[in-house]
Amino acid sequence: MAPIITMERVRKSYGPILVLPGLDLNVAPGQRVVICGPSGSGKSTAIACINGLVPHDAGRIVVDGIALDHARGTAPDVRRMVGMVFQQFNLFPHLTVLENCTVGPITVQRRSRREAEAEAMALLERVRIPDQAAKYPAQLSGGQQQRVAIARALAMRPRIMLFDEPTSALDPEMVTEVLDAMVALADTGITMVVVTHEMGFARQVAHRILYMDRGAILQDSPPAEFFANPADARVQSFLDHVRRGEGPA
Amino acid sequence: MTAAMRRWTGGLFDTIPNAIVSLALLWLAAQAGGAFWDWAVTRANFDATTAEACARTGGACWAFIADRWRLILFGTYPFTQQWRPALALALFIALIVVSATPASWRSRPRRRLLGLAWLLTMPLLGALMWGGVAGLPPVPSRLWGGLPLTVMLASVGVGVAFVLALLLALGRVSDMPVIRVLCLFYIEFFRGVPLIALLFLAAILFPYLVPPDWTMDTLLRAQLAFALFFAAYMAEAIRGGLQAIPQGQYLAADSLGMGYWQARRKIILPQALRTVIPSLVNIFIAAFKDTSLVVVISMLDLLGAANASTAEAKWWGLYIEPYLFIAAIYLVFCAAMSAYSRGLERRLGVGVR
Repeated sequence: MAPIITMERVRKSYGPILVLPGLDLNVAPGQRVVICGPSGSGKSTAIACINGLVPHDAGRIVVDGIALDHARGTAPDVRRMVGMVFQQFNLFPHLTVLENCTVGPITVQRRSRREAEAEAMALLERVRIPDQAAKYPAQLSGGQQQRVAIARALAMRPRIMLFDEPTSALDPEMVTEVLDAMVALADTGITMVVVTHEMGFARQVAHRILYMDRGAILQDSPPAEFFANPADARVQSFLDHVRRGEGPA
Repeated sequence: MTAAMRRWTGGLFDTIPNAIVSLALLWLAAQAGGAFWDWAVTRANFDATTAEACARTGGACWAFIADRWRLILFGTYPFTQQWRPALALALFIALIVVSATPASWRSRPRRRLLGLAWLLTMPLLGALMWGGVAGLPPVPSRLWGGLPLTVMLASVGVGVAFVLALLLALGRVSDMPVIRVLCLFYIEFFRGVPLIALLFLAAILFPYLVPPDWTMDTLLRAQLAFALFFAAYMAEAIRGGLQAIPQGQYLAADSLGMGYWQARRKIILPQALRTVIPSLVNIFIAAFKDTSLVVVISMLDLLGAANASTAEAKWWGLYIEPYLFIAAIYLVFCAAMSAYSRGLERRLGVGVR
């Protein structure tokens, strides 16, 4: 099947620092990809390139048939099909939980308020916080906020969901509720690209696990193989760290 | 001392030295207040017909205000037609009060109605002030004056300035260097020039700068000078609010596929403006009071009209009363703005991070 995400020789540097020297990655529709690796390895930059939040310097990115071209302004078209969940949630603090989930559909997709609200409520039920709909983000816990962020992204009816370390900013006791919501989402068959160090989650839902270091993919294999046969000493050492529960260096 | 009293007085009387200072200040305040009361009420004169007659009681000469209040409030607007600016002012203030009420914005039909009210009222106000229609004798704008002129200069000036300031502030933080530099030049120019100089420029120099057949009402030119000037100040205030918004908000708006203006309208500006309400209201109040500078281009706003009212022979030598009178009017308007902004801050305070 033709890939829904294609990245070819994608290059990105921040000033003098070359983060992605030339990344190649294809994701098939419905595939769930987990990306892990040490901090500064370019994982977050890589997925932020997919929906153009970080403009790439060179190379080709095609998402669901649309070539991401910042000069031609196709980024908003790509973003409408790609939902994103951030490490810091980034909910809109001046809007209620429900409004957070309807502002995109109403403003960008010009859907009616009534329909957008009905769908948003259904999504809030799916992430198990319908009773918080009228509250403001500041009144919620971190785990609840992140689940709202997932609902907000889904409200745009995306074909792809990107997660950038969705549990890293959470207190430990709230990680599970967010991961549960992500596992439930995985069951719907949507394409997912997830940057995370939650290896239990990766083992449970991923079709492929990628290990990135210095902007390059060192390993790309199904979970069973990833854990059984680390391709590189660095992957092995990363897995040892994670298993000891310390997280990677 | 009871607990309730303590809550009000705090530490004002908790030690002997504090109590002495507090009592001394209270005594001073009572003296000043008593003297003012004596002058303004006890010995005031309400019915004399000349300044000389007034002076006999040795107090305030409110008879002067009773005689000249229409000149102070309406300036040189034709005496028999002064019901027109009065009605226009009342309508305009009513419209602003209605627009400032949250209930007027609650639903889409109400917002439409509000827009319609503005659309219908503005021409009506113009017709009332200028006349020349429906049998109203025409009154050229150089005869307008007093409170209606002050309120108009301030509110139209601030309204236009606000829209301009939004664009300038966004331009100032734009990704496009040309726009950024242009906005920077604009802001630095208008902040660096005294308002009086701008008013002179608008009134005196402007006719020399444009073709001779290109005329523009002096009032309109002054109005424009106000708007351009205060836009620069408001733009800087709003820019402060924009800078307080975390990068993540822009990313989140972008990730939903919002375009530039959609993100500004729904996500960025509502948050930015909320944080700068106090500084914006500060500028609104300054603008309201600074309208009095139009005196220098011989327009009779509230202050100018009060000035003019002192020039009459039979009330010769009276200054304090008219200035106190207009000071009270300015105070009422500014206090209303402050009170409204406090309410607004409280109402929008929900959900603050």
